[in-house]
Amino acid sequence: MNGLEVQLPGVDFGTMGLAEGVQFVSFILLGLMMVGAALGVVLLANIVYSAFLLGVVFVSLSGLFILLNAGFVAAAQILIYVGAVNVLILFGIMLVNKSEGFSTIENAWLGKVVTGSVCTGLFALLGTMILSTSWSLSDGLVAGEDATIVIGKHLFSDFLLPFEVASVLLLIALLGAIVLARRELVPDEDVAIAPPLTLPERPRDLAQAAPQDSLP
Amino acid sequence: MQLEYFLLLAAALFCIGIYGLVTSRNAIRVLMSIELLLNAVNLNLLAFSNYLDPAGIKGQVFGVFVITIAAAESAVGLAIVLSIYRNRNTVDMEQFNLLKW
Repeated sequence: MNGLEVQLPGVDFGTMGLAEGVQFVSFILLGLMMVGAALGVVLLANIVYSAFLLGVVFVSLSGLFILLNAGFVAAAQILIYVGAVNVLILFGIMLVNKSEGFSTIENAWLGKVVTGSVCTGLFALLGTMILSTSWSLSDGLVAGEDATIVIGKHLFSDFLLPFEVASVLLLIALLGAIVLARRELVPDEDVAIAPPLTLPERPRDLAQAAPQDSLP
Repeated sequence: MQLEYFLLLAAALFCIGIYGLVTSRNAIRVLMSIELLLNAVNLNLLAFSNYLDPAGIKGQVFGVFVITIAAAESAVGLAIVLSIYRNRNTVDMEQFNLLKW
């Protein structure tokens, strides 16, 4: 490991070695990218840009996870968040997006100012708490490359019950999402002719011709 | 590299998420803010796992569970938003007062 501690000539990392310098620089870059993209998610007016910036947030978080020696969770983050959740949100935007102008509310800026100050205060509180606490850092052996093996052992020994409960919860969420997003049946329709093993469903043109003037 | 840097970053992400959660008018942006909150928690868990318990890494197991729950939450949340949009024809959070009074 001594080879990694060599100082680059002309580059002064202070007391840090080269590996720590690279880690620090990539931490700064990933952190700036993540905070900027998160601000974009919250503040941009166009929601499609927000969805793509959410993907940037997830990717830079995955990089931060790699810096924390959590390679498996970083891969899961990319696969699940960027590959599934972000795509799901984009599909949701495409199904819902009407580009309507929301009705203006009086004194909306007041709520934003109050929320912003509350969030800044919360951040200041958390920051002072973080900086004033003396964390009991461990200098033991780092799992590092064996993290995946250790996680697998945990999942099948002392975390077995939460693991199985999580699988049941995913099944419930799958069924719940299907039932919620399904077009509802018109009550007076003839249900008896529906073929077996299918859920009765309202035909599509009825759903599209839903009256718009019935809204309050 | 210190633990405090990661904790501060997670705190910043959490506060941004809360701001978006409270001030957003679009229901889908609210869902995105909830994802930001869950990711901030995940970053905290992994930082603690790396610096306080580097051999056991129970925090990474919790991180995997949080990712699982977040995926389920996102699917159900988007289904609810689609259902409300079909009934009310809007995604404005200010008009979702069906359960309010």
